[in-house]
Amino acid sequence: MSQEILRIQKISGHAGSVPGEDTQRQYTVCKLIDTTTCIGCKACEVACMEWNDLPFGETVFGNTYQTMPETRWNYWNLILFNEHEREDGTLMWLMRKNQCMHCAEPGCLAACPADGAIVQYTNGIVDFQQANCIGCGYCITGCPFDIPKMNPKTNRVFKCTLCTDRVSEGLEPACIKSCPTGCLHFGSKVDMLDLAGKRAKQLREHSNFQNAGVYDPQGVGGTGVIYVLHDATKPEIYGGLPRDPHVPWTVKLWKGPLKWLGNVAMVGGLIGLFVHYLRFGPKAREDEDINPRGEKS
Amino acid sequence: MSPSELIIPHGHVLRYTLKERLTHWVAAGAYIYLLATGLAFWSPWLFWVAVILGGAPVSRMLHPWAGLIFFAAVWNMYVMWAPQMRHTDVDRAWWKAVRYYSTNQDDKMPPAGRYNAGQKFLFWGFFWSTVALLASGVVLWFPEHIPWNLRFLRYISVVAHPAAALFTIGLFLIHIYMGVFAERGAFGSVIRGDVSIAFAKRYHPGWYDEIVGGSSTPRK
Ligand code: HEM
Ligand code: SF4
Ligand code: SF4
Repeated sequence: MSQEILRIQKISGHAGSVPGEDTQRQYTVCKLIDTTTCIGCKACEVACMEWNDLPFGETVFGNTYQTMPETRWNYWNLILFNEHEREDGTLMWLMRKNQCMHCAEPGCLAACPADGAIVQYTNGIVDFQQANCIGCGYCITGCPFDIPKMNPKTNRVFKCTLCTDRVSEGLEPACIKSCPTGCLHFGSKVDMLDLAGKRAKQLREHSNFQNAGVYDPQGVGGTGVIYVLHDATKPEIYGGLPRDPHVPWTVKLWKGPLKWLGNVAMVGGLIGLFVHYLRFGPKAREDEDINPRGEKS
Repeated sequence: MSPSELIIPHGHVLRYTLKERLTHWVAAGAYIYLLATGLAFWSPWLFWVAVILGGAPVSRMLHPWAGLIFFAAVWNMYVMWAPQMRHTDVDRAWWKAVRYYSTNQDDKMPPAGRYNAGQKFLFWGFFWSTVALLASGVVLWFPEHIPWNLRFLRYISVVAHPAAALFTIGLFLIHIYMGVFAERGAFGSVIRGDVSIAFAKRYHPGWYDEIVGGSSTPRK
């Protein structure tokens, strides 16, 4: 039996139980990005393109240190650049490696209607299976980080896989391997949280970053990609990192109460009409030609 | 057409012209396709419906186009029928007596015209739902082109579209029930176009009086 199937703990648009739920004792993996030591060299962008064999596209120069305005279906890993002015008037160049956050409770997966188009493996990696994707773009609406991107030619959605092929062979993701400053780390979620906490503490105690902290948003159940930020109270300055990301409440309403109410109403309506017919029958037979007022026509 | 021209031989009256019937069936065909493919994406239990209709990516591709056809047909109905669908005093009385209608005591109903108040409600319910389905459907059609700062449009549409669809499903079920099962003869009227004089008298006495009663006032 394919190990891939046994590794699935969450699956989109699926009726019935999840094949890999409760079958493995893998630990949750995590990528740690220390924005305070990222120099914006973009080695990770290149490594991502290379390992995943992605077709090249044009870069867009916007007078900053950024390769293009946002990630694309064939560009999953983008260093966002932001020039930030501090209260004392000094400038900081903030670099944030942006990619799929591999949410513990992924909004993309919750929104997806196609059986098995989005899966979460038991190690926490959220992966798109383009063979099952129908191109509806619901995942784009479900994701609070604006990550899934549509290939306009094939109408299939793509994003960072956290190098699930490498990780399942015991390797670290390509971006981690390429980073020259060591600002990227990969390991279990527990270890990465520990390391991130220590680094944030170091920044608070030995540098002048009183608000340094770890970004692991609980609104989506925590993420498989966590950041160390100089100022964790202002995640927005890092290229618009959301302060308290949630799966949009309308998406939850749609996939939760509305679904159940709708199903009950539809089935109830069908049964109700059937019972009504058994009780009252047709208003008149087709061949009855006496009208309700009792006159012959 | 003047009222008396609606009378055709053998005790029948013309209820729907060819144009009206064609419009009805274009809307119905498109609606049934939209319903089947829409429900396939609504519930994992019904996903197989999209698979047998040519595959889920194909259903996803064609559903919005069928939506445009459906909208065009409903719009045509609006142009043809809106003036006849206005709410009148008879309709108010009809709603007050609706429990008699739903228990087949039609002799206790006020005399409906060409359309009774329930049919008018169905018409307006479908019309406004279709407008809402089109507006939200266009957003769902191209979510990747909605800019990030207009994302609330997507957040509204994912709820508005199925909610409006569910409302039409309620209307649709009652519509089929009335037209096929409860009012025998109604189904024939959208196929052949005519109903028996008895049918007209029984269900639409006001309309019957207009055409057979020799009154020269045009039907409203
Ligand atoms: C009027 C124009 C319409 C347009 C442009 C439109 C477009 C869309 C689009 C783009 C989607 C997203 C995925 C898909 O293709 O299935 C969708 C979903 C859907 N549509 Fe429509 N549609 C229209 C009318 C209708 C009508 C009349 C119904 C009535 C049954 C309907 C029922 C649904 C349902 C149930 C869904 C799935 C919602 C969910 O996933 O929860 N649509 N529509
Ligand atoms: S576009 Fe996204 S939500 Fe739709 S089927 Fe593909 S992966 Fe699922
Ligand atoms: S960041 Fe977006 S695409 Fe990635 S797992 Fe979370 S919701 Fe899905």
